[in-house]
Amino acid sequence: MIVSFGHVLVLSGLLFLLGTVCAVTRRNLIMILLGVEIMLNAATIAFVGAALRWHDMEGQVFVLFIFAVAAAEVSVGLALIIGVYRRTGSVDPSNFNLLK
Amino acid sequence: MTLYTILFYLLAVVIVIATVLAITRRSMVHAVIYLVVSFFGSALLFYLFGAPLLAALEVIIYAGAIMVLFLFIIMMLRDVNLLEKMFPLSQWAPAAVMAVIYLVVGTVLILTDPGARAPLIGAVATPRDFGRFVFENHWLTIEIVSLLLLIALVGALYLGKLSRKSAAPKSEGNP
Repeated sequence: MIVSFGHVLVLSGLLFLLGTVCAVTRRNLIMILLGVEIMLNAATIAFVGAALRWHDMEGQVFVLFIFAVAAAEVSVGLALIIGVYRRTGSVDPSNFNLLK
Repeated sequence: MTLYTILFYLLAVVIVIATVLAITRRSMVHAVIYLVVSFFGSALLFYLFGAPLLAALEVIIYAGAIMVLFLFIIMMLRDVNLLEKMFPLSQWAPAAVMAVIYLVVGTVLILTDPGARAPLIGAVATPRDFGRFVFENHWLTIEIVSLLLLIALVGALYLGKLSRKSAAPKSEGNP
């Protein structure tokens, strides 16, 4: 026995909350993207814990797909940030309130 | 209390502390380095939970590729002032209060649920078994994911080309 399943869920929920706080309270597009990464990582911890809890590899397969989605999301997101930085010279989201 | 239990709590403490340090740093480079520490902890946690292939992938993809990509971008934006202005306390305090409420409610909900008290029995999915399982049961999803990665590659290239083209005339107009 390692630990009870609930403790894994609490750790994963705590990490998810930290990621949300980072994404909500920072004024920097790169830090917001980092917050999303922390949230995805928290989800993978919950999935791996569940895979061990029910001794089923489906949970681990989901983690593989989350890795792929995270890589795709971060590459497109960072390309968007670079584009927006070249246009306005800033990465502060409060500068991007003009829809044109 | 076995050795594995102690290892789990040790890793959990390291991960949470590293993540808290990462999201409170004002310098983005420091944040990324602390996050690499946090992802290494997650990789060890995966190994503890019997997923050695996922532990390797976490180090390679998350701590390696994604974080190095972040570092490259931060270095590209070097002339932006690295120390961002934070929101005033009165603006992010409500968010923090709600986060704490969610945390308390979620923790109580999880820990009072009898299903969550089930112990985790150690087991290992070897990379060979895991790969066989993935390609026998989820081969179509693998193809779809490879398509997603291709689309992301094309999209990132297109966005990069688009912003370079539009930046040239724009930069004369607004200094």
